[in-house]
Amino acid sequence: MRQKRRVRVMVAKPGLDGHDRGARIIARAYRDAGFEVVYTGLHQTPEEIVAAAIQEDVDMIGLSSLAGAHKYLFLAVVELLREKAADDIVVCGGGIIPDDDIEKLKESGVKEVFTPGTPLDDIVKWVQNNVTPRQD
Amino acid sequence: MNDIVEKIVAGDVRTVARLIRDIDDGMPEVREVLKDLYPHTGNAYVIGITGAPGVGKSTLVDQMVAHLRKRDKTVGVLAVDPTSPFSGGAILGDRVRMQRHSMDPGVFIRSLATRGHFGGLTQSTRSAIDVLDAMGKDYILVETVGVGQDEVDVVRSAHTTVIVVIPGMGDDIQAIKAGILEIGDIFLINKADREGCDKTMSDLRMMIEMDQKKYDRGAWKPPILKIQAVFDKGVAEFIDEIDKHARYLADTAGGLDFRASKTKVRQELGEMIKARLIEEVIDRLTESGDFDRAVESIIKGKIDPYTACENLVLPTLS
Ligand SMILES: Nc1nc2c(ncn2[C@@H]2O[C@H](COP(=O)(O)OP(=O)(O)OP(=O)(O)O)[C@@H](O)[C@H]2O)c(=O)[nH]1
Ligand SMILES: [Mg+2]
Repeated sequence: MRQKRRVRVMVAKPGLDGHDRGARIIARAYRDAGFEVVYTGLHQTPEEIVAAAIQEDVDMIGLSSLAGAHKYLFLAVVELLREKAADDIVVCGGGIIPDDDIEKLKESGVKEVFTPGTPLDDIVKWVQNNVTPRQD
Repeated sequence: MNDIVEKIVAGDVRTVARLIRDIDDGMPEVREVLKDLYPHTGNAYVIGITGAPGVGKSTLVDQMVAHLRKRDKTVGVLAVDPTSPFSGGAILGDRVRMQRHSMDPGVFIRSLATRGHFGGLTQSTRSAIDVLDAMGKDYILVETVGVGQDEVDVVRSAHTTVIVVIPGMGDDIQAIKAGILEIGDIFLINKADREGCDKTMSDLRMMIEMDQKKYDRGAWKPPILKIQAVFDKGVAEFIDEIDKHARYLADTAGGLDFRASKTKVRQELGEMIKARLIEEVIDRLTESGDFDRAVESIIKGKIDPYTACENLVLPTLS
């Protein structure tokens, strides 16, 4: 059956912080927007995230991190994707992140950073406008 | 050899991942690739695992992968979760339980959504199995939630079909009886750390033994095992049972190569024809606009759906 390509995203939680309520809420919002959402759970290393994203052929990785190490973790994901020639996968992130860091993350290839309090609808809309299913 | 085929046979993960997406998205180009891939398939042992939501299928698959890796076998996993009928989206969460294997080059894990495939789930999953098979995986584990006919059909094309239940599922066992008892080669009572295990065991045993005559004639008698997937209890013994079933298939039931089995090929070709026919007919009718026009006419009471259906289908066949 010729179908429309479906947006596939991965929601991943790198780092050590202990709960994933936020990630689950965003996963549900994505599902309700019609995306296929691969959820990988807590405590993921950048290496595990990237390996999973490639096997799952996702169009986007959404990282969420409340612990302090977001900068290192987000950048490691971007870097690994580049290494694997998979940097067509969009990376965005969310968490408590200082403005300075947001700038740096964006310069280094994180496409967008959402701070706490960003309405879910805005995040979903951003994905709809910035992530397209692979065309080739 | 086709470039894509070459990469897949060489085990290139990105190419495999993308081809499976293309299969799932119904890209017509994949048909040529699948044709060329066929000679490279037929070597993997396929295990289907099904059961009600939350019985511990993914936890079990994760443990199976660990055991099979210890035996130096490579493993592919296809984990199917339901698509939301409201949005068309899906949350594919099986991977959470298996992530410890994500960086192991001997393991490939892929989450799939059921989508609204007009019975095409079986087709697309079977093609995905072929891809992992051609990639060289020794074992392919397919997890589906045993609810719809489609999900059940998916696992039934496996070499070994495993039905997972948990203690205290009295009514669910009735449901199994109605639908999927016949397809179970091995029954597992997971979460055996919980109350009610013996009752479930005797319920299952009673159902299975209703077919005692069949087993007396040499048919495979499905074993029932108590396991605790999350604590890795009973999983090794379960894998030994799979081995036994594989030996039974090899020695008694016409061999492991389903591609040389008349019954299997009949069944698969039949299903393939069915899926392809529906696809071609629906595609044509939507493209020409005839489908929408017929819907309008039925709504306005100009025609009955029986006649409309006939008018749509018969001409496309001639
Ligand atoms: N007590 C107990 N819990 C278990 C056992 N095996 C798995 N579980 C738990 O059961 C829950 C569901 O496990 P999953 O593996 O996700 O179940 P599933 O059948 O794959 O679920 P779906 O894919 O959502 O249908 C988890 O919290 C597991 O930890 C077991 O042997 N004993
Ligand atoms: Mg599961």
